[in-house]
Amino acid sequence: MPKPIKTSNWNSYPVVSSTQHKFTTPGDLRRLLRQVTKVITRGSGKSYGDASLSEQIISTKEFNKIVSFNPTKGTIRCESGVMLNEILEVIVPEGWFLPVVPGTKYITVGGAIAANVHGKNHHKDGSISEFIVSMSIMLADGGLVSCSQSEYPDLFNNTCGGMGLTGVIMEAELKLRPIETAYISQRNIMVPDLKSMIKSLKSNSASSYSVAWVDCLAKGKHKGRGVVMLGEHATGSNLGPEVEEKLKVHKNPKWGIPFKFPSILLNRFSIRWFNACYYHLNKRKKEHEFNVHYDKFFFPLDSIGDWNNLYGRKGFLQYQFVIPFERGDEAFIEIFNKIVESRNASFLTVLKVLGNGGSSVSFPIPGYTLAMDIPMSSKVFDFLDDLDWLVVKNGGRIYLAKDARTKRDVLHKGYAGLGMFQEIRKITGAKAKFESLLSRRLGI
Amino acid sequence: MKTALIFGGTSDIGLALARCLASEGWSLILTGRNLEYLNKIASDLKIRTKVNVQALYLDAVDFHSHKVFYRNLDTKPDLCACVFGYLGNKEVLMNDWREIESIIDINYRGAVSLLNEVAVDFAKRGNGSIIGISSVAGDRGRQSNLMYGSAKAAFTAYLSGLRNRMHQFGVHVMTVKPGFVDTRMTRGLDLPPSLTATPPQVAAAIIKGLKRKQDEIYVLGVWRYIMLVIKIIPEHFFKRLKL
Repeated sequence: MPKPIKTSNWNSYPVVSSTQHKFTTPGDLRRLLRQVTKVITRGSGKSYGDASLSEQIISTKEFNKIVSFNPTKGTIRCESGVMLNEILEVIVPEGWFLPVVPGTKYITVGGAIAANVHGKNHHKDGSISEFIVSMSIMLADGGLVSCSQSEYPDLFNNTCGGMGLTGVIMEAELKLRPIETAYISQRNIMVPDLKSMIKSLKSNSASSYSVAWVDCLAKGKHKGRGVVMLGEHATGSNLGPEVEEKLKVHKNPKWGIPFKFPSILLNRFSIRWFNACYYHLNKRKKEHEFNVHYDKFFFPLDSIGDWNNLYGRKGFLQYQFVIPFERGDEAFIEIFNKIVESRNASFLTVLKVLGNGGSSVSFPIPGYTLAMDIPMSSKVFDFLDDLDWLVVKNGGRIYLAKDARTKRDVLHKGYAGLGMFQEIRKITGAKAKFESLLSRRLGI
Repeated sequence: MKTALIFGGTSDIGLALARCLASEGWSLILTGRNLEYLNKIASDLKIRTKVNVQALYLDAVDFHSHKVFYRNLDTKPDLCACVFGYLGNKEVLMNDWREIESIIDINYRGAVSLLNEVAVDFAKRGNGSIIGISSVAGDRGRQSNLMYGSAKAAFTAYLSGLRNRMHQFGVHVMTVKPGFVDTRMTRGLDLPPSLTATPPQVAAAIIKGLKRKQDEIYVLGVWRYIMLVIKIIPEHFFKRLKL
């Protein structure tokens, strides 16, 4: 047996001593599943919390072969350990793009499906599950099942967003999006407060990509000021002749934050300063319409390797929730005010409109979603507990891929489809085999 | 386009080496016993790098097939790396001849049988590089890996002899001693992280050694000194140690 090592996900909390098992073939994994129980699958460990943590971990990092790529039809089939950046390196030069990308490209396909990730185009296109042609899953007993929206739909729907708790995602075939160039035509709109931000996001719902950055420390009449960012894939004629390589692939960063910074460095004052600077720098820019490479538009933080080290040894918490439209803008604004009043600093706060689509256990529902990251402190937990209740009281829910601390009742109030999910876990034997710190904490 | 032949394409070091060579534009011939997995590796490499990759079945201990295998290759390689190896069960019993035979057959006899075929061809053509993955375990016999170590010692001796013979024909022979590597072979062993290399590190060291036409390389420099110390301890004391 390999020796247990201290393991944590991207936010460095919680830390667990775990044994990591690797596999390269389905046969390998089948043997492994016979030997271990209470195990959870883990990809690149970029979730913020305990979703892929357990004392026993199955790592997909070496199960990472691209099985096929059809450049005429625009489909790619790969094993679950392949990372999104690797897919982009293959498909972008051929004029294709991933249909859905989250804020980082350094996640695995398996992880993307298990969290059913959404991107800046969710209001129009839905989550990644909408683009899965088919996928195969290894169940607790070692059996391989192929499923899709039409084939074993219940297993499919509960695996997308199922946080790895139904089985091990093995291979998936994704439908790609054709692109003419690797660039995005971006338009920035400065908004002075939250009301105008919501209005701006709503009136620009025809944009392919939209997201807003919020200064959550600005108070008074500036409360909720920020930048709404819209984007379209640039066509060949959008780009000037100075762009030589129209289908240029991103570069992976050559440097990163080499060690854990002192935790005190990111505090309310430094974060307030950063946010104010960011707002004013954007405001002073003359141009508000320009072309940027996809890497800068979708993955700005990827350019700094290991940026989580900035938060120090104690780490940080991410918090993302969604409030459905039918509760009205007021419900969302009330929660936002609460956050501003609490003066809990968030380095990056992001507001986005979510649309339809998503399975019963997936996070996205039509509504407003807010994501923030908060440096770790003893007060944060109580504060977020209070927020939890405001969220579920207003028909909302929180995102499990970014959760390390919520309570059982909050989860069950937010996700009505959990009964079916647990039923499937029981029937397939997954309940006895697959278990994460998250599933234990939340009793699912 | 240059072609590289990798014996042991499904091994973790073989895969890492294949990825490195493919990204430098080499065509590849990969061999292994698990053809299903080997085909997956080959198609993955083709999709990522667009180089030509062949996946061929080959059993290192099916000695009689080796001559035919090499003769039947459509394109003869310019570089050959012998990457496969077998560590044996955790505790190899002294009287478990079947296991011991496997260790000797795979690590020594199989490797020699295959590389001889390649060497004859390379000598005739007057160029090429032969890379043998041996082990630091072969630098001195120790009780903890008695059988594996002695087979690798024989392989190391073979490679240095081969280098001596091939030099006159302009063929480069390189011995690689990786030290601990985090691979399927060492899965389940408790290895010190500071002394353990990853397969991509091994592959990068091989590529570097290849460009500099080196004779013998250690992947992590510290192993050269560890093995130096182990080699200079007088036998009189060495035999009493628990190494």
